[in-house]
Amino acid sequence: MTSERAFTLDDTEVEFEPGDSLLTAALASDRYIPHLCAHPDFSPHGSCRVCLVEVDGHNRPACTTAAQPGMTIRSDIEPINVMRRQLLQLLFVEGNHFCPSCEQSGQCQLQATVYTVGMTDLHYPPLGPRRELDASHPDLLLDRDRCIGCELCVKASSEVDQKHIFSLGGRGTHTQLIVNSEHNQLGETDMTPDDRAAHICPVGVILFKTGNYAQPTGQRLYDQQPISAIGNHRAEDVDLPPTP
Amino acid sequence: MDDAINSSSPRRVVIDPVTRVEGHGKVVLLLDDQNLVQQARFHIVEFRGFEKFIQGRPYWELPMVVQRLCGICPVSHQLAAGKAIDQLAGVITLTPSAEKLRRLLHFGQVLQSHALHFFHLASPDLLFGFSSATEKRNIFAVLEEYPDFAMKGVKMRRFGQEIIKAVTGKKIHGLAVVPGGMNKHIDPAEVADLTAQVNEVIGWSQEVVNVARELYLANEEYHDRFAQITSPFMGLVDATGGLELYDGNLRVQEPDGQLFIDQFDPNDYTQLIREQVKSWSYMKFPYLIDKGQDEGWYRVGPLARLNACDQITTPLAERERQRFLLGYATPRQSPLAYHWARMIELLHCAEAIAELLPDNDLQSGQLSVTGEPRHEGIGVIEAPRGTLFHHYQIDDQGLVTQANLIVSTTSNNQAMNESIRRVAADQLDGQEMTPELLNQVEVAIRAYDPCLSCATHAVGSMPLQVELQNLAGQPLAVLSRDSSGNIETSSQ
Repeated sequence: MTSERAFTLDDTEVEFEPGDSLLTAALASDRYIPHLCAHPDFSPHGSCRVCLVEVDGHNRPACTTAAQPGMTIRSDIEPINVMRRQLLQLLFVEGNHFCPSCEQSGQCQLQATVYTVGMTDLHYPPLGPRRELDASHPDLLLDRDRCIGCELCVKASSEVDQKHIFSLGGRGTHTQLIVNSEHNQLGETDMTPDDRAAHICPVGVILFKTGNYAQPTGQRLYDQQPISAIGNHRAEDVDLPPTP
Repeated sequence: MDDAINSSSPRRVVIDPVTRVEGHGKVVLLLDDQNLVQQARFHIVEFRGFEKFIQGRPYWELPMVVQRLCGICPVSHQLAAGKAIDQLAGVITLTPSAEKLRRLLHFGQVLQSHALHFFHLASPDLLFGFSSATEKRNIFAVLEEYPDFAMKGVKMRRFGQEIIKAVTGKKIHGLAVVPGGMNKHIDPAEVADLTAQVNEVIGWSQEVVNVARELYLANEEYHDRFAQITSPFMGLVDATGGLELYDGNLRVQEPDGQLFIDQFDPNDYTQLIREQVKSWSYMKFPYLIDKGQDEGWYRVGPLARLNACDQITTPLAERERQRFLLGYATPRQSPLAYHWARMIELLHCAEAIAELLPDNDLQSGQLSVTGEPRHEGIGVIEAPRGTLFHHYQIDDQGLVTQANLIVSTTSNNQAMNESIRRVAADQLDGQEMTPELLNQVEVAIRAYDPCLSCATHAVGSMPLQVELQNLAGQPLAVLSRDSSGNIETSSQ
């Protein structure tokens, strides 16, 4: 019997609470929909589009689409996964992602999502943008090469830390993470390793200067289980680097 | 050997190996007017650029990034970079656990690399002869004709890789080295598994040392003469002059056996060696400063280490070292003796692994320490192919500002050229090129186990082309061998 507050996701019924998005309701029911920029603690803005699903025949981002009774949602179908792979390929070529040497490898949501969705090559020619690495902070490092523009650090710094340190500047493929300081340097801000923004990055942009590569290969978060099984937002809880 | 600039009207013979694997080398022989080989140039036509593109990166990434230089010896680069970043982190002395884990890792690395080279790459030459049919000169033919011998090689390499996996989490490109130590212990179950295998590996190592020795001594006079050159030898030694692979001081031995320098602090290596750049190769030419650019070239690797050291700490390998030098008042110089020396080192690694595995420090104890950061770090180890130098400088923010890597094959660069010239001088008669020339040039190069040895020994047969040119650069004759082993000659 179909609940009054339920929709079907890939032929399975998912119940929801008033105000839930499709993504929120699916995750609450332990149903994984690939996503990157959405975070349960912050309002969604649908920028990465990886959570794309088919809603009654139309493509919509699951994070910004309100759940409605009787909706028919299709997520794990080839046409949607093809588009997800293309979106992930675009994210890869717009930045400089070198997984083999990245210290977030094995704990990176972008990499884990790529594995889950089945992206196996870049397909598009890498743009190779020049983005400045910022090591001016005594405890933290900003490696902008890996930024996917999810704005989670922007939200965490403004909404939780109340410091308004980050923003995105530039347009299109020139969009970059910028720092709210005179010389665009993190070392000029009052950011600390305890800030929420220091632990929110789903990739490897905001890093600590100590405790690097402390997690052995084989024991990293997504070495154990795929992101579809353990979700996106445990990385910052499981692998808190030691506070300097 | 004269420099090309001073060569009078040289003709050029080009041997251009083109393979389907990542390494790529080319040999050019310069002939004078009397068709005598005046100079050999082993061109390295790949450009990697690691020293440049790691500039601006945080120093703690170095072991992870630079190990990607190689798929055969990534551990060596990881450890050399690790020793350098220890210094950058201000750490001089590691904890016992970290030190022993690194040594175990390194012994596993050297063992698997030596096994790979001897069984997979060199044994077809040694077992079937330098001029045997090309379709036979590969590991599959060895597996067919000597299945028991070849399988032991495969299993020995696997054992070394299992050591690496136990310490770093992966057989290739894992990561265990962090500034000031290691990031994990070794699992007790893995210790038990490795311990159960190690005595068998020691037995196989003894067998293969016997094979290497008997193959060499079966035609000792010829092997001594083949591609023979005379050079000093460089290697790390411990405080007593013993063989040391992970951490020691530098020793350079003269061809007459006297010590040119001993217990030299590797942190001062820039006062000992310098690198020369030549326009025709991406690979530099290191030389001993006090001997000068022309005379200062030297050799590194198993032959250098066994010649230079006074003893080996493990008993079986020490006995073999003594047999290796028996009857020799001066160091052995033949490049083919590298194969024999390499197997003695393999035996040493197997014995050393057996000694280390029961040590509880591998499974417990403090893994890392911290210190007062510094701006310069130098890491020097004995990689399978020889002494490996990593040298980095960083700024106040921890970003790399300068890097210099002298890899083992680079130190053997001039020696390989000299050995090729010797082989070519013996084999080339006028302008007539023979398949034998191709084979023997390959064998001479391979003895040094250069890091591009895979390129010079593709499975199947290696496509080669030898070309004779006149003074105007026009080809006079071409000798080529395709990937099926068919040899074709043509006159222009």
